[in-house]
This record gives sequence, structure tokens and C-alpha cells, in this order.
Amino acid sequence: MPNISFENIGISGMAAAVPKNTIDNYAYTEFFPAEDVKDIVDKVGIKERRFAPTGMCSSDLCFAAAEQLINDLQIEKQEIDLLIFVSQTPDYRMPATAITLQHRLGLGKHVAAFDISLGCSAFVYGLSVVYGLMQSGGFRKALLLDGETRSRVYSPKDRKTAFLFGDGGVAAIIEQNKKFGKSYFSLNSDGALADLIKIDAGGYRNPSSAETLTEKVVDEYGNKRTDEQGYMNGADVFNFVLKEIPKNFKSVLAFSGNTNESIDFNIFHQANKYMNSYLAKKLKLDSTKVPSCIAQFGNTSSVSIPLTIVSQLQNELKGPKKLMLCGFGVGMSWATAQIQLEDCVISNVVEL
Amino acid sequence: METKFIDMITEVLEIEDRTIEMQDVFRAYDEWDSLAHLSLIAEIDDVYDVVIEDETFQQLTTLQALYTEIQKRTKD
Repeated sequence: MPNISFENIGISGMAAAVPKNTIDNYAYTEFFPAEDVKDIVDKVGIKERRFAPTGMCSSDLCFAAAEQLINDLQIEKQEIDLLIFVSQTPDYRMPATAITLQHRLGLGKHVAAFDISLGCSAFVYGLSVVYGLMQSGGFRKALLLDGETRSRVYSPKDRKTAFLFGDGGVAAIIEQNKKFGKSYFSLNSDGALADLIKIDAGGYRNPSSAETLTEKVVDEYGNKRTDEQGYMNGADVFNFVLKEIPKNFKSVLAFSGNTNESIDFNIFHQANKYMNSYLAKKLKLDSTKVPSCIAQFGNTSSVSIPLTIVSQLQNELKGPKKLMLCGFGVGMSWATAQIQLEDCVISNVVEL
Repeated sequence: METKFIDMITEVLEIEDRTIEMQDVFRAYDEWDSLAHLSLIAEIDDVYDVVIEDETFQQLTTLQALYTEIQKRTKD
């Protein structure tokens, strides 16, 4: 858990796009009794989610967010030298989605473009990679795109995951400027817990076959899914979060020399309202400094941290602001950052 | 100390109509479900500073067994 830090690099603007198509979670009762659905929805705190319609991909949401942001910041596209696309729901197995987006956005051929495959921790990881490359001094502006269509990953007939996930895409422009001051990161992983959140088949280890596409009953509760749909062991994920996240959060805060009082906002991955309330309590955070968008958008995996910023903090980021960002999940992988913003431009949420 | 434990379980599982006993099989309670499970994990962490991995937790059937496991870990 080494802590790393950067200087004079930061986010100058952010934008988000979500599908128009809104799912009322209380009415998501095709496969489960309404009473059970209400219990689950009340507890996890996810009232609505956005589902991308057939044919709409993570990249489409990121493209819309990027166009909006480039327009709002009045950036010359030729000044973008780096494009990273963060996702586990890319367009193709190859090529990398970042490269198709370089062309689609009309960026120059001098752009360094690649994908990062990580889940709920990915925005913080992606940010650290951008900051690290920016530190070299050779890049003028970087575009970090982060999109997910997790609604397509899980089975609607598995109550453990059917009510949680939604879709979205975000864009952030990162630049060098003395006004950004110092930022601090901690990046972590534990592959021993790889089985807690996983899609077993459809990759190269267990290739697609008629068998992997067959729906099966997977537990004593009668939940059904195929081997190509994701699963999650909620109890163990929760245990993992309690063990690792408070410790990691505190380590970054200590490393930065700051305290809870000097942080303006703390943004956690939006997995579960109950879990985040518990984390806030355990870390003794003022609940007014812990924004959330889980009720509106559900768990959007890596998109959830930036989507919380764009949807909840548009009018709260005037002047200098210190933010703690903390993502955790599939891998298991977790990352905490403390970043400084200065008059960060936040676009209106785009609906596609 | 058992009283504190019983109180915690009663509160977490929102049991309002009866007194619970240490020999109860908590998994058989009407109030028991995966969400109650999450609340209990959080509460055990909060009250006892103990996190029990799911594999071990699944083996625990009675309140007594759960209490014993917590005691074992708080002594370490």
C-alpha cells in the first residue's frame, strides 16, 4: 500500500451522460414478488436506474459526455494528447475502445490512446495513470473517459444483483497547472478474492459455448443466471469493505497531512446506501460532506464516483476544493485519492 | 456480556414480539435474510471490531455459536 503523490496536475472539468431510459426499481417486479422487491429496494436505497437500450454502448455515453465537456471548456481538440478509456464493458475484444473514440471525437493521430480494464476502483486508478503520465511534462491535455453498461452484465432473475446496477459514462479533462497543488493516491489489489465478483465464462479461460449460455438455478433461493452473467457474494464483499476501506481512507488522509475538517467532499463508490452510511459513520465524516447519487442511478461501477460529482456537486465547486475519492470492488481492487480542484467546470448531465 | 449481545441481535434483526435465546437458530428466524445478514456484519464490526469471513459465518447456526466465535476473536 505505498502512497504516491503528484503536483500541479488536476481536473479542470467533468461531464456525464446517462441513458434516458429510466427503470423504476419498485416496479421491477417481472421475476420477483412486489413485496420482496420493496424490501430490497428500501434497504439498498436504489430507487431508479438508467438502462442503455439495445445498441447503446459505454463508448456512446462517454462520447456524448466528452463532446459536451470539450464544448463547455472551449478546448481545441488538437491540444488533447492522451485519451484513456476505463471500462469492463468495452465495444469489442479488439481494438481498444479508446482508439475508436480518438477517431470518433476527431482527435489527432498524435494521441496516446489505450483502455484500462478495472471495475469499481477504476476511476481512481485511471486518474492516477493520467496524473503519472502528465507528470512527464509531455502531454498538454488528457481526456479520461469512463463508461459502463453493467445493466447487461447481470441476470434479472438473480435477486442478489438484479436491483443494483445501472449505466452511465463520464469524461474528465486533466491538465497541468500550479493551482492544483498536491494530490495523493493509494492503489491496492487482492486477487485471493477474485471469486467474490466475477463472470465465469465468455473470456478465453472458459470460452463461450451453448453450455455457458444456458440459464441455471444457482442457489437454494432459486436465483437463475448463465455462466456469462456476473455474480456477487454480497456478504463477503461487505466483509472486505469493512476490513480494507476505512484503513485505506485513513492512510491517504494521514499521508496528505490533512484531516476530515479540511476536506470539502468525500465521494465513495456508490454500491449500497447502507454500506456507505456505515463507512461515513465509521470514518466520523460529516454526512453533508458525503454526496450520493445511488438513489437515482444505482451502482454504475467505476462511473459512480465521477457521476456523483457531476450530478450532485455542479454548484459546489467554486474556488479551491479538496476531495477524497474512494473506489472499491471487483478484483478485488481498491483505491483512494485526495485531489484538489480549483473552479472545476461541471457540465449538465446529458441524457441520451 | 451476553445481555449486550442479545440486545444487539434483537435490535439488528428488528425483533419486537418475543425474547430470543442463545440456543436459537438465528437463520430460521422470519426476520433473517441477506439484508439482515449485512446489517449484522456491520453491527458486529461496530460493537466488537470483529469481521467474520463468510465461509466461517455460514457454519454458525445458533446465537451461541456466533457469540462464541466473536468471543474467540476479541480475545486474540
